[in-house]
Amino acid sequence: MSSIGTGYDLSVTTFSPDGRVFQIEYAAKAVDNSGTVIGIKCKDGIVLGVEKLIPSKMMLPGSNRRIHAVHRHAGMAVAGLAADGRQIVARAKSEATNYDSVYGDPIPVKELADRVASYVHLCTLYWWLRPFGCGVILGGYDRDGPQLYMVEPSGVSYRYFGAAIGKGRQAAKTEIEKLKLADMTCRQGVIEVAKIIYGVHDEAKDKDFELEMSWVCEESNRQHEKVPEELLQEAKAAAKAALEEMDAD
Amino acid sequence: MDQNFDFNAPHSMGTTIIGVTYNGGVVLGADSRTSTGVYVANRASDKITQLTDNVYVCRSGSAADSQVVSDYVRYFLHQHTIQLGQPATVKVAANLVRLLAYNNKNFLQTGLIVGGWDKYEGGQIYGVPLGGTIVQQPFAIGGSGSSYLYGFFDQAWKDGMTKDEAEELVKKAVSLAIARDGASGGVVRTVIINSEGVTRNFYPGDQLPIWHDELESHNSLLDILGAPEPMNI
Repeated sequence: MSSIGTGYDLSVTTFSPDGRVFQIEYAAKAVDNSGTVIGIKCKDGIVLGVEKLIPSKMMLPGSNRRIHAVHRHAGMAVAGLAADGRQIVARAKSEATNYDSVYGDPIPVKELADRVASYVHLCTLYWWLRPFGCGVILGGYDRDGPQLYMVEPSGVSYRYFGAAIGKGRQAAKTEIEKLKLADMTCRQGVIEVAKIIYGVHDEAKDKDFELEMSWVCEESNRQHEKVPEELLQEAKAAAKAALEEMDAD
Repeated sequence: MDQNFDFNAPHSMGTTIIGVTYNGGVVLGADSRTSTGVYVANRASDKITQLTDNVYVCRSGSAADSQVVSDYVRYFLHQHTIQLGQPATVKVAANLVRLLAYNNKNFLQTGLIVGGWDKYEGGQIYGVPLGGTIVQQPFAIGGSGSSYLYGFFDQAWKDGMTKDEAEELVKKAVSLAIARDGASGGVVRTVIINSEGVTRNFYPGDQLPIWHDELESHNSLLDILGAPEPMNI
């Protein structure tokens, strides 16, 4: 859906006659063009997965991480402009530690999502700032169980069972909807996420990619951490096998 | 005989304050004496102050300091509750109290006991003594009268009491302290907090046990002296 907002799209403080703020929509395009990021809420926790497109073979595997720990109990996966993402993560970390210092308790995930969303929204209110060109999927485990939130460049934030942003989001969402998340443990969820990411990656259009995954669940003691190496390898192998099955048809 | 009371001396609550957890909630208790030097400025004060629907605090030390701290914490908790969308936890309330107590330790002289009930951890008691330490305890005692209660609690406290056992314990303890501590006196007030809500109780002198040969309390000396006989003119 490409429309030109001639004249009304020069500033984030200008509405178009049909009530749109084009600058925010353009920011969302930056997210849509980045590698796919998905998050799912299983019965015992959250799994986050990123299709990290590798621009150059000279890059060290494992560098340029797209998933960040915000606090012991929460993590964030970023899609879109990486530098913008770094800012949001820094702010989220700061909010989380500040909350902990003042209230003596880890920040509830809902509260963290609200604060990140407010911050992102803030940058859509002034003409001297530009909107963040990145979307964020936030997963955490607090007193009320595991929760998954997504924050868009407009500053909107919703709670999800499954969320996907980036290039392959349509296909990813379709796949996620097929999953029975309420019955799935995170261990199983990790395999499914890997399969989905491998599935939506477009070999023809895009370069190589690296799969980055994290989880926060009962098995990880409700701490946000990278998916353990052997499980990650298992997931990658299962995903590749599923791809070959599809290709074989 | 001291004939010059300094009525402008700072009001302090000599005080005995107690907080006790039981199986299902907490019982907070306090005496009711506020003194200005040796003059009792208020003999029926309420030292158990509400912070939120489910968290109360017992105040001791300087009356002004403890009131101001309570007021600030009540204000912060109110905002926090609105933002969170659900009642604040006891831990959060206690943490806010201790941040104020610790960061202003050079200016404040107040010992507080924060007690309440929340749906995650049930009944909890947090002691926040003078320097701004915070320590969660199964029971806490504070104020000048508490010195006389350490031995008593060592002997009488047990884990997993019922609500009535806990309230009896608190009532007994406060009245023991009132008997021995000159800066504590008046009535015994208790507040019970659990999943069902909050119950305030009030025990005037005649409803308290008497200790070691104290006179029985009377409403008027006439009760023991009897009515005067009519005069024969």
